[in-house]
Amino acid sequence: MSSEITDTGKKKDRIAVAMSGGVDSSVAAAILVEEGYDVVGLTMQLYDHGEATARSKTCCAGQDIYDARRVADKLGIPHYVLDYEERFNKDVIAPFAQSYLHGETPIPCILCNQTVKFRDLIDAAKGIGASALATGHYIKRGVGPDGPKLERALDRNRDQSYFLFATTRKQLDYLRFPLGDLPKSETRILAEKYGLQVAEKPDSQDICFVPTGSYSEIVRKVGGRDHTKGQFIHVNGHDMGMHEGIENYTVGQRRGLGLGGEKAPLYVIAVNPENRDVIVGPKSALEKCNVLLRELNWIGPGKTIPSNGMAITARVRNTHEPVSAVVYPSSNHGKARVLFEEALFGVSPGQACVFYDEDTVLGGGWIVNEGVNAIVPHNKRSEVLTTTSR
Amino acid sequence: MRIYLDYNASAPILPEVAAGMSEVLSLTGNPSSIHRDGRKIRSLIDDAREFVAGLVKSTPDSVTFTSGGTEANTSAILGSIKSGVVSRALCSEVEHHSVLEHVAPSDRIPVNADGILDLVALEERLKSIEAPVLVCVMIANNETGILQPIRDICEITHTHKGLVLCDSVQGPGKISIDVNELEVDFLTLSAHKIGGPQGVGALIQLSDTQLSPILVGGGQEKKRRSGTENSAGIVGFGIAAQYLSKFQHSNELLELHFRLEKALVDARSDARIVGNGSVRLPNTTCVSLPGVPSERQIMNLDLAGFSVSAGSACSSGKMERSHVLMAMGLEAEVVNSAIRISFGRDTPWADLERFVEYWASL
Repeated sequence: MSSEITDTGKKKDRIAVAMSGGVDSSVAAAILVEEGYDVVGLTMQLYDHGEATARSKTCCAGQDIYDARRVADKLGIPHYVLDYEERFNKDVIAPFAQSYLHGETPIPCILCNQTVKFRDLIDAAKGIGASALATGHYIKRGVGPDGPKLERALDRNRDQSYFLFATTRKQLDYLRFPLGDLPKSETRILAEKYGLQVAEKPDSQDICFVPTGSYSEIVRKVGGRDHTKGQFIHVNGHDMGMHEGIENYTVGQRRGLGLGGEKAPLYVIAVNPENRDVIVGPKSALEKCNVLLRELNWIGPGKTIPSNGMAITARVRNTHEPVSAVVYPSSNHGKARVLFEEALFGVSPGQACVFYDEDTVLGGGWIVNEGVNAIVPHNKRSEVLTTTSR
Repeated sequence: MRIYLDYNASAPILPEVAAGMSEVLSLTGNPSSIHRDGRKIRSLIDDAREFVAGLVKSTPDSVTFTSGGTEANTSAILGSIKSGVVSRALCSEVEHHSVLEHVAPSDRIPVNADGILDLVALEERLKSIEAPVLVCVMIANNETGILQPIRDICEITHTHKGLVLCDSVQGPGKISIDVNELEVDFLTLSAHKIGGPQGVGALIQLSDTQLSPILVGGGQEKKRRSGTENSAGIVGFGIAAQYLSKFQHSNELLELHFRLEKALVDARSDARIVGNGSVRLPNTTCVSLPGVPSERQIMNLDLAGFSVSAGSACSSGKMERSHVLMAMGLEAEVVNSAIRISFGRDTPWADLERFVEYWASL
């Protein structure tokens, strides 16, 4: 990788590393230091840690920034903490809350990559004369005929391609991912080897700005709505009583509904933000053969999706494996429709649908909340096809 | 070779100070002990007390050594509230956080666009409060260097039966300070801003007002501040104070300051010197470069070997927007692109010249 890290390949080039304080980005920095680059560590201060953990007397920064600083000290590189609290609030936390209020299940990590990380942090890295920004993501960057491309990481359990679908070619041009070829176990061995104290630090699990795991309070606070409560409605039309607020429900969810007395278990089928209905029904009602996507990002061959569609594999959740599908451009700008070869369960609006051609990431988009009516039975797929491929 | 232009954050330790402290560290004994070893250290501390008193033309009895400016400010504010001599504290909006944190937002008195405390607003606020208050105003701002009209503030405050705490951490060595002229009730000092060590400062108590101690225990410092003295630090503070007393009226800083600011605006016509119209410390320049964010300037300067600051430092190391510049009502563009250069009389002009050259290329 040493020869591909910068286009010039000069060892003394300055590389900025996005250091979160976790083991991955710490090792990414260490690798680059060992390879002889002029490495500068950058850490984003994204939210008030004391506030997030309801310990107002603790420092705004928290343990992760401290860890990043200690790793930078150990590596003997300059390290700076950038205050992105305001931007993070505006570009990640607020849309996160709004997404729930729109009946969706958002993925703030992708929003963060799209905004503060790959817009503002890239700006900061360019501002200090760095020729690239490296991150600790498990993803590979290659170069193809259409320019830089993204490929799934060697370690499939760690592959973060799902969270990086929105990365543009222009951003990819500047980004480097030193861990794309490493298994996680190797990363920890390297951390030990470099003597980094984060070698045994557990991986982050929850959404960083809700370490307590209770995001509904943030939704209510940011959303500025007094209540998001409404009715459970069965797909057959029956009113099933009050629910706790739409932000608490995700399409495909079965647990925690508190709805007993049915023969078969009930699932959340759809969330209607207008009247705050949560539609529930049997698993079969979750079947989804197609999704409409917004804010499409295309980094596949050519400038955009071919007008007659393209066979791909697609993932609608980070935990799912890609399945065969066809993606069609939509007449609406920035939209696309994906038809799955076989019906999927648990497709949630607000999640991402990411396109692949084998290991190469072709892009993706955000799944639109089309409500319960948009469920298209298998036998009507051809109609959808004709209406969307214009 | 790095060029250090962040004296207001911490000035380089004077060689005499380091040598003197090293001697103290080789001694054994608790200054409270009655034996010869203890007495030796105690006498060194009392020598230092005289030097520090001399620095601001006060008496040794008025000096209480603390762990620094923050503790000195805290002791005066909490101590006077606790003893009941004042009901609460007011302050300017541009104070150091060690003062601001003790004062309710509604009790923070605004400054004008030149960074000077609004005396009319102060008087109005004092009139609206019946019980006596402690008014806290710094002699000179750490970020802009702007000086406050301390005597006027004292006059107004005393008329309303209030007391004045003057945070003078940034004063000594840059301007002469004479407590007899200032008429303040309390004054705070910090050693590491004047070439002494970090971790030691002093509260100078000028009125007979009884302060309740914040730290109690062994009754050191005449029961004003318990805890075994930081002997080496105090001695170092004393040596720095003694050294500085010789230099109270020096024109070297003034000349460097003038040349620096002229060079800055000559090099970049878009640059703006904050507080240009106000009387300022002769070692402090806050300059904005609209369009180039402060953090980008700081990072690039650091990577190129220049140490300067923007805003006040947070323990996390994150670069925050300056509350001082915001209080002055400066445009966001100026606030977001301002940095502070602060130097000492030992700073060679060539260093400032090299700084200006690099900064102008940003």
